[in-house]
Amino acid sequence: MFRLTAAEKEAVLLPELVELTEHHRAACLPYRRILDAVGAAPPYERVADLPWLPVRLFKTHELRSVPEDQVFRVLTSSGTTGQRPSRVYLDRAAAAAQTRMLAATLREVLGERRLPMLVVDSRSVTRDPTLSARGAGVLGMMTFGRDHTFVLDEQGRVDAEAVKGFLARHGHERFLVFGFTFLVWVHLRALGADLSRGVLVHSGGWKRLADQAVGNAEFRRRLADECGLTRVHNFYGMVEQIGTVFLEGPDGDGLYCPDFADVVIRDPNTWQEAPTSVPGLIEVVSTLPTSYPGHVLLTEDLGVVRGVDDGGLPGKRFEVLGRLSRAEARGCSDTAGDTVGQS
Amino acid sequence: MNHLDRLRAVFRMALNLPADADVDGLEYRAVPQWDSLAHMALIAAMEDEFSVMIDTDEMIDMASFAKAAELLEKHGIGATAL
Repeated sequence: MFRLTAAEKEAVLLPELVELTEHHRAACLPYRRILDAVGAAPPYERVADLPWLPVRLFKTHELRSVPEDQVFRVLTSSGTTGQRPSRVYLDRAAAAAQTRMLAATLREVLGERRLPMLVVDSRSVTRDPTLSARGAGVLGMMTFGRDHTFVLDEQGRVDAEAVKGFLARHGHERFLVFGFTFLVWVHLRALGADLSRGVLVHSGGWKRLADQAVGNAEFRRRLADECGLTRVHNFYGMVEQIGTVFLEGPDGDGLYCPDFADVVIRDPNTWQEAPTSVPGLIEVVSTLPTSYPGHVLLTEDLGVVRGVDDGGLPGKRFEVLGRLSRAEARGCSDTAGDTVGQS
Repeated sequence: MNHLDRLRAVFRMALNLPADADVDGLEYRAVPQWDSLAHMALIAAMEDEFSVMIDTDEMIDMASFAKAAELLEKHGIGATAL
């Protein structure tokens, strides 16, 4: 799942993404209008030449490429205050593909087996009837575990007894630890438990840790020192490209793209692809979105490619630097509204 | 009880269905009771009942009662044809 070099990936992805672009153009009227408005048309010579959609359009437009009666699941993002949530439409095939490809991606670090699983959260987040993004994330990951044990009780306090019991049952074998980055930082270190057989998978962003001046290197060092956790994998993904996750390599040298996905970092002023080491907006591409036009998306996150074919895994390795500030986002969306699509 | 009857009982229990519910035609997410949380409970209950270990891919593929019966067969639990 992380086998292709940058050049190999470009060769594999380009025809598939071109085909998806034409498929969605034919099947999704709002998407066609956007492409027409920006004059996007083949031939496209590189993945970076493909027209992109700003991810926020999923909040304002009904973007689906399947008839309404074939919609199997509608996913919604957590709308931050005052924002409408994104709506993502999956038919049966797309829903099955996203689960399968997420499993294939995580298999790289977890293996085939469902591992005993420690969830750094409270069981109550999975019961929310209108599932929060956090609850959906926990539920999605629970597929990869067994004997799910929650580190926090219903009131959000550390349940040391539950963890002790879990480690008595499974502390001698490989187990999975999953949680949102900030919760992992706050609660795992306080446990004082030996988690050295654990594989930590975490996500959810660094904003609250950045406020405390904690970056990834510090995060990894302290978790290794204080809990023995050395197999640590951050990931980056979004509901608008469900099933695609960009996964931190074993050496912590950046986020890597699975073979069916890639990133393009764009200069927010010129929209051209930024060179390695130069920050810009993150565009995510993936072949999974077949039932909605989410195969080429411009996010509102800033990121930087740290290297290409030079790390623990082949392909680009990148880092997410944070959200575009609101003022920047406003300026950007004005521009993006005018130039949706073509570089 | 044969394996299929045991499997039916596991389905009814894990999905909170009435004791006389017909489960043979059930499909994942086609009824509100069989959501992703219930799916995990169902898998765990099957593992307990039949002493098998179900892998991630098998769990994802088990999208109907019929698939569950096939899965048992694959694990050497002698489920006869439906």
